[in-house]
Amino acid sequence: MVATRKKNNPDIIGVLDLQGGVYEHLDHLQRLGIAGRKVKRGVEFNNLAGLIIPGGESSCISRLLNIFEIKEPLLNAYGRGMKIWGTCAGAILLATKVVGETPCLGLIDIEISRNSFGSQLDSFKSEARIPQVAEQPIPLTFIRAPKIVNVGKDVKVLLKVDDYIAAAESENILVTVFHPELTGSLEFHRYFAVKCGLNPTVNIKSCSDRQWNYCSWTRLARSA
Amino acid sequence: MDAKRYELNIQLAQMLKGGVIMDVTNVEQARIAEEAGAVAVMALERVPADIRKQGGVARMSDPAMIAKIKKAVSIPVMAKARIGHFVEAQLLEALRIDYIDESEVLTPADEECHIDKTKFSIPFVCGARNLGEALRRIAEGAAMIRTKGEAGTGNVVEAVRHMRTMNREIRQLIQMPVEEVTGFAKTNGLPYELALRVKKLGRLPVVNFAAGGIATPADAALMMQLGCDGVFVGSGIFKSTDPKLRAAAIVKATAYFDDPKKVLKASMGLGEAMPGLEISQIPADQILAGRGW
Repeated sequence: MVATRKKNNPDIIGVLDLQGGVYEHLDHLQRLGIAGRKVKRGVEFNNLAGLIIPGGESSCISRLLNIFEIKEPLLNAYGRGMKIWGTCAGAILLATKVVGETPCLGLIDIEISRNSFGSQLDSFKSEARIPQVAEQPIPLTFIRAPKIVNVGKDVKVLLKVDDYIAAAESENILVTVFHPELTGSLEFHRYFAVKCGLNPTVNIKSCSDRQWNYCSWTRLARSA
Repeated sequence: MDAKRYELNIQLAQMLKGGVIMDVTNVEQARIAEEAGAVAVMALERVPADIRKQGGVARMSDPAMIAKIKKAVSIPVMAKARIGHFVEAQLLEALRIDYIDESEVLTPADEECHIDKTKFSIPFVCGARNLGEALRRIAEGAAMIRTKGEAGTGNVVEAVRHMRTMNREIRQLIQMPVEEVTGFAKTNGLPYELALRVKKLGRLPVVNFAAGGIATPADAALMMQLGCDGVFVGSGIFKSTDPKLRAAAIVKATAYFDDPKKVLKASMGLGEAMPGLEISQIPADQILAGRGW
C-alpha cells in the first residue's frame, strides 16, 4: 500500500516533533500507506505535502517553535502550499485567537479556549458522525481538550457538540480538539491526506483499523 | 478504573512525551515553569533536596497550596502521595488534580503494600528501579512509570542505573524463547502476562520518564538518549542560581536531546547547578530509592 501522488506534489506528511504525540500520528499514516516523517529542523519543512502538529502542551511547543527559529520555515512552507492539521494543542497553535493568551501561528480564523473541560478526570471518549469525513460514526478521544468557541466566516465547522466546536477547517488548515491518533480510526488521517493532495490506497469504506490498540505507538517509539 | 479510563490515563502521559515535568512549591515557581515550557508541574511543599536536609516525616502537601497552583497554570498538575497511603490519594483525586505520583520522596505509609491504583479514576505515576518493579506498579494500575533516581542529590547516577537495568532486562526478555519467560518472570518478580506483553512490544507498554538527580541540560539529554520518554526535574531547577534560565535550557535539551550542538547552546551561561551529593556519602537509611519494592 503506497500512496499515489498527483503530479508535482511532494508525497510526505510531516509530524512536528518538538513534544507530544508524534509516534501516534506516524503510526496512523503508516497504516494508511502514507510516508510520514518527524520534523524538527528548519530544512525539514521543505517539500512536505502536509504537516501535523500533534497533541502535547501548547505552551511548551509554542515556546520551542520560537526559540529554535522554526516558526519561519514552517510559515514559509505553508506559504508554498503545505497543508497543516493541528490536533488538540496543535489546534491551539494554529488559532488566530486564544482566550487569555497570545496566539502562536494564527493560521485559521478561530477562537479557542485552552483546557476547557477541567482536569484529567474530565477527559472522555465519545463518538460522532461527521458526514464530510466518514459515513460511519468516528470514535473521539478528548484529553484535557480545548474548545473552539468561535469561527470566522471562511472557516467550515465539521463538528459541533453542545456549546462548542470540536473540528473545523479552512482551505489549508484542519483543526480537531480531539485525538483521532489515539483511536483505531484512520478516517481523519485519510481526510487530511486527501486535503494534502495525496491519495491513500486503503479501502475508504473501512477506515478503522482493527489491528490498532492503545499500545500501537510503541511500535515506532525508540526501544531498549 | 474501567478500561476506557485507564486508556485515557495512559494517553495523557503519552501527550507529555518529550517534555519536562518540574517540581514547584508555590504559584510563582509554577508560573516560571509553565513559562519555561514545562509540560506539567509537580506541586509539593518542599523539593526533595529540602526534604532530605530537614528529615522527619514527609507527607502529602497542603491541599490549599496544591489548589492554588492548579488555579495558576493551565498545564497538568501532579502531586505526591506517600507509598501505600491510599487516603492521601483519595484526597488528591477529590481535589481533581491531573496525576498522582505515589512517591518514595515522601515517607512511606505502608511498607508492604503500594496503593491499589485500579480503584481510582485519576492516573498514577510510580517509580521503578528495574523492569520487575515497573511491571508490578503497572499491574497495580499505574499509567506511567519513572526511574527512581536518588531525589534531591543532583546526581544522575542512580537514574542512569535504573534505566540501563530496565533496558537490559527488556533486551533479555525480547531475545529469550517464550518457555524461558516463566522462570525469568519468577526470578525477577515480573507479572507473567505483562512480561509477555513487554516481550512483544519491545518496551514498556506505558510512558517511562527519567526522574531523580537530573540537574543539567546534559543530564536530561543523557536520559533521553538512554531511551526515556521525557524527564522529571525535582530540586534541579529551583535549587540552582538561575531557575528561569535553567528551566528553559532543560526544556530545550529534552526536545533536541539528539542534537549535541543545540544541547551545547542550551548549556551555556546557566550559572551554578544545584549542589550535588555523592550517593556513597548518604547514610543507608536515607536512600530514598529503597522505599517501596
